[in-house]
Amino acid sequence: MQKHAASYAQIRENPRFQALVGKRNRYAFALSALIVCAYFSYILLIAFRPDWMARPLAAGMTINLGIPFGLGIIVLTVLLTALYVRRANREFDPEAAEIRRQVLK
Amino acid sequence: MKALGRWLPGLALLLLAGMAWAMPSIGLGPRKPTNWPAIVTFLACVGATLWMTRLATARSRSSADFYAPGGGISGFQNGLAIAGDYMSAASFLGISGLVFVSGFDGLIFSVGWLVGWPVITFLMAERLRNLGKFTFADVAAYRFAQKPVRSLAAIGSLVVVLFYLIAQMVGAGQLVKILFGLEYASAVIMVGIVMMLYVLLGGMTSTTWVMINKAVLLLAGTTLLAVAVLWRVGFDPDALFARASELHRLKDALMAPGGLIKDPLSAISVGLALMFGTAGLPHILMRFFTVANAREARKSVAWATLWIGYFYVLTFIIGFGAIVALIGNPAPYFNGGRVAGGLLGGANMAAVHLASALGGDLFLGFVAAVAFTTILAVVAGLTLSGASAVSHDLYATVLRRGKATSEEERRVSKLTTFALGVIAVLLGIVFERQNVAFMVMLAFSVACSANFPVLFMAVLWRGCTTRGATLGGYLGLFSALLLTVLSPVVWESVLAHPRGSAPFPYASPAIVSMPLAFLAIWLVSRFDRSPRAAQERALFQDQLIRSETGIGAASAHSR
Repeated sequence: MQKHAASYAQIRENPRFQALVGKRNRYAFALSALIVCAYFSYILLIAFRPDWMARPLAAGMTINLGIPFGLGIIVLTVLLTALYVRRANREFDPEAAEIRRQVLK
Repeated sequence: MKALGRWLPGLALLLLAGMAWAMPSIGLGPRKPTNWPAIVTFLACVGATLWMTRLATARSRSSADFYAPGGGISGFQNGLAIAGDYMSAASFLGISGLVFVSGFDGLIFSVGWLVGWPVITFLMAERLRNLGKFTFADVAAYRFAQKPVRSLAAIGSLVVVLFYLIAQMVGAGQLVKILFGLEYASAVIMVGIVMMLYVLLGGMTSTTWVMINKAVLLLAGTTLLAVAVLWRVGFDPDALFARASELHRLKDALMAPGGLIKDPLSAISVGLALMFGTAGLPHILMRFFTVANAREARKSVAWATLWIGYFYVLTFIIGFGAIVALIGNPAPYFNGGRVAGGLLGGANMAAVHLASALGGDLFLGFVAAVAFTTILAVVAGLTLSGASAVSHDLYATVLRRGKATSEEERRVSKLTTFALGVIAVLLGIVFERQNVAFMVMLAFSVACSANFPVLFMAVLWRGCTTRGATLGGYLGLFSALLLTVLSPVVWESVLAHPRGSAPFPYASPAIVSMPLAFLAIWLVSRFDRSPRAAQERALFQDQLIRSETGIGAASAHSR
């Protein structure tokens, strides 16, 4: 840890670093909130309105609202992950690399 | 030892074959002739993975290699390995078994076990990679006092690993029981012996490769099963669900929530445990340290999410397929040939029986081997993370203050492996009748109440201090354990108290123990006025820099 103390001190003052952290945190927390909300609306519906979840999707069908809802969350999970990885690869990584380069020079 | 190591996989295989030959079909239910085609396929598949372990052993040398392979793993490969670690017996056998018994509620587990992953991707994976080295305790201990935090992390890991191990043991025991016709107890003991050999021989290097191979096998096997199920109903899922609710004793209620989780608070509590437990699993967190950098860690979690999501959709289909295929033709699969007699080997075996119903003995052997290898590999991963918690955190850092040699550390970890194996076998026998997905949910309850809050607060909250983290972590750990013992599944099913007498009525303790842990961490840290605490808060900035930029992060075990 000691041998990096100088780099750390430099980065601490770097406004670009603060901006990166802010940007990344906002994005990460917003996406997390999204998935938590989606999942807990599903869980709360199961907990308090199971009858609603058991309603058939269309007349004469056995598939009910609960099944596409659950599968939808699985799909959402994968989509949001893909979104995050794309932005992190394209935007956050080069930015962090740039900050590192400035310091380690 | 070297020479012995070379021959042990072969010996283990002989042991299995010998057991099959010597004890055909003891056990409950009607005597069935020993199923040779299935057993031969099974042995061939399991033998192949043991052989791979042997090959990999030749390359694992230092203690770094024993815990985590030498960093030469790409994000994609590691993603498969993480998925392999996560898609355990509980997921494959357990969820399909849950769906077989209670229908829709199986989907709660599928969805819940997946939604934790994006949160890990967004908030934890990259930070953990940059801060840790071998175990997640490295991360928590970055700015905190080493001893208390490492002790807590090690104990938390051990408890989670043990719960998880029990579920794998139950799954493996039942599998070997129906395949070889052994008694359940001897099946579990035999499985325990094979597992210990496997871990002691290979270490983490081999488990990563076995995990990757096994993940591919498992995905292929479940895809085949699911396609076969859908093919039989003309690829019309609605027809599958309709036929299933017609045959199942729950009738229309099969498709509605409430088959397993009956009250609202249990649903919320289980939901919490499933979602946040993932971020506290020591054997999963360990896998973030096996890649070169944070970028690869992120990619690996993203790949893992994709595979796991796909796999959970399949298990749901397989569960319903099992209802249609097995209840539609009960004679070969149920005790006494009647549905009321219960599934041979228990409901956890629904997917295995389905394989035999759809593809005959060879497919049965293949699916059983996939399930067994899955269990073997997961157990290896679990045991290793438990062993490294003891040897690396408790022994080397806390007891020996970093003065232990790699050799000593390794010896302690082997002893721990042995002890964990013995305890898991004993508890596996006690918990015979439990659904394995439910058992693992209990492991998740502990993980989300002890490991997750500590890790989350340590990494993301500046104000967190050693005192807050340790007190909160222990509070979460012990309240989760206590409430689990007082909950219906242990109090009534295992300890045989009358139904309805459980002092804690909900299925999972998470709804109480997880908020309790967070609250305690926050309160105690807030009022921690010690000089040490001020220092720790000041160190947060450096921790943040390292976690964001990777400057000063450990290389992937080049030691």
